[in-house]
Amino acid sequence: MADPTTHARPVEFRGGGFSPKPIRALGPVVFVVLIVLWEIGSQTGVISALVLPAPSEALAALRDLWVSGELWLHLGASLQRLSLGWTIGSVLGITLGLCIGLFSTVRAGVAPLVSAIFPIPKIALLPLFIIWFGIGEESKVALILFGTFFPTVIFTYGGIDNVDRGLIRMGQSFGLSWFSIVRKIILPGALPAILSGMRISSAIAIILIVAAELIAAEKGIGAYVQIAGSLFATDQLIAGVSILSVLGLTVSWLIGRAERFLLRWRN
Amino acid sequence: MDLHLESITHRYGDLLVLEGIDLEIKSGQIVCVIGPSGCGKSTLLRFIGGLEQPDSGNVLQLGDPPADSLNPLTYIFQDFALLPWRTVEGNVSLVLEDHGLGGAAAARIIEDVLARTKLSDFKKAFPKQLSGGMKQRVAIARALAVKPAVMLMDEPLSGLDAQTRELLMDDLIGLWTRERITVVYVTHNLNEAVRLGHKIVVLSRRPGRIREIIEIDTPIEQRTRGDAALEEKQVLLWNLLRDEAVAADMELASG
Ligand SMILES: Nc1ncnc2c1ncn2[C@@H]1O[C@H](COP(=O)(O)OP(=O)(O)OP(=O)(O)O)[C@@H](O)[C@H]1O
Ligand SMILES: [Mg+2]
Repeated sequence: MADPTTHARPVEFRGGGFSPKPIRALGPVVFVVLIVLWEIGSQTGVISALVLPAPSEALAALRDLWVSGELWLHLGASLQRLSLGWTIGSVLGITLGLCIGLFSTVRAGVAPLVSAIFPIPKIALLPLFIIWFGIGEESKVALILFGTFFPTVIFTYGGIDNVDRGLIRMGQSFGLSWFSIVRKIILPGALPAILSGMRISSAIAIILIVAAELIAAEKGIGAYVQIAGSLFATDQLIAGVSILSVLGLTVSWLIGRAERFLLRWRN
Repeated sequence: MDLHLESITHRYGDLLVLEGIDLEIKSGQIVCVIGPSGCGKSTLLRFIGGLEQPDSGNVLQLGDPPADSLNPLTYIFQDFALLPWRTVEGNVSLVLEDHGLGGAAAARIIEDVLARTKLSDFKKAFPKQLSGGMKQRVAIARALAVKPAVMLMDEPLSGLDAQTRELLMDDLIGLWTRERITVVYVTHNLNEAVRLGHKIVVLSRRPGRIREIIEIDTPIEQRTRGDAALEEKQVLLWNLLRDEAVAADMELASG
């Protein structure tokens, strides 16, 4: 076979790539390096204190919050609004999503409405919420509820639409009741999409908390950020925003854990 | 319990899929259905199991199924149709739960059917962890759990590689010899048809009509690989099907 006059060379490698590998330490390293550069910039005057406060100043503001005990007041108020609005929004959203997914009449009647309201920035409706629910807790919770409801509806019925019809047919072929098919085949099949929806809606809830606490709130991380902003206390502003970021990361981590547990059959 | 199909005709929209199908399925028989792609085999099986209704004609059940049968007409699907979020055990228990069987009674049945399909060691495994052949055995275990009178199988071995197919075919033959369940078996594979069928129904290309019914008298447990008489039947079947298949192919090509 091998012709002695032709020379042999290895086949050129063309594979590889296109498969992200986890590099655990890199993310935190980039983060720390940026903070350090920023601090150095502020200390040496390259970054003017007017433009951006030094990380150390923001950290000091954070420590003040901690020491005075106000951190827990703000965080407590926000968490209460967030969890109430997000929970009710999710429960109602999953319920309506389920109805749209299961009943053609509900789908035909309500789905277009949901699609029409979904893209409206809910912040624009703030004055309406104040008129409807007053300036107490209700309007704040309602804004978050409203903001998380629509994406949850859309993710839920999208998930139901994607449940393998073959599995439903299997359920019918074994004489499972309608209720059993919904509970044991459709809901678990839609669960990955529902959890993705919760990830998105939790981020939306955190975005909206700042807007919600625009409404005559004294307590709350959003209110704290608002007040700091209006006073141009940029160190407090950065401190407040960091808390929101940590809050978002924590929620996302919790949902990740829930996914790992509830969807453990996938790996 | 016998099944009678009476002049079944069906259209999907303007597409005439099945026309005038008359067929007797006798208790304890394996009836194989073969025919070119798209001739309505799966559709026919859905009619037999009551998952869909034909435009005209009837599927009649003659006599009552055995009293202990939980789900007289039970399917085995080509793609296994296992719930990925349930373990092997959970997939079997799914079909028992609605019959009010739980706890010890269900555990006993699950234990039994998993032993019969050689899956006892994989009770806690998720479908994703199993090979194709094992997944189909789980589906068979699940079907056995409801004590079917008739098993409706739609190309149950088509998703598997040739070796697994042979092994599972031996399992099916063993199973049938023990239980004598009535089986309607849709396949593309002529070899499976002559190995398993008492009766082989050849459908024409769409619209599916019965072109020929071939009976094979050799007892199933005595049929061996490379049996001359079976080979002959297989050639006969291929001759019947070839023209249909070629014509069906041309139709698809010309739109
Ligand atoms: N629900 C449906 N709606 C519309 N057309 C359908 C439907 N189900 C099947 N058909 C059409 O009916 C014809 C018969 O389909 P069927 O699946 O019964 O064929 P088959 O013989 O099982 O084919 P294959 O050998 O490829 O499995 C096909 O042309 C198919 O496209
Ligand atoms: Mg088919």
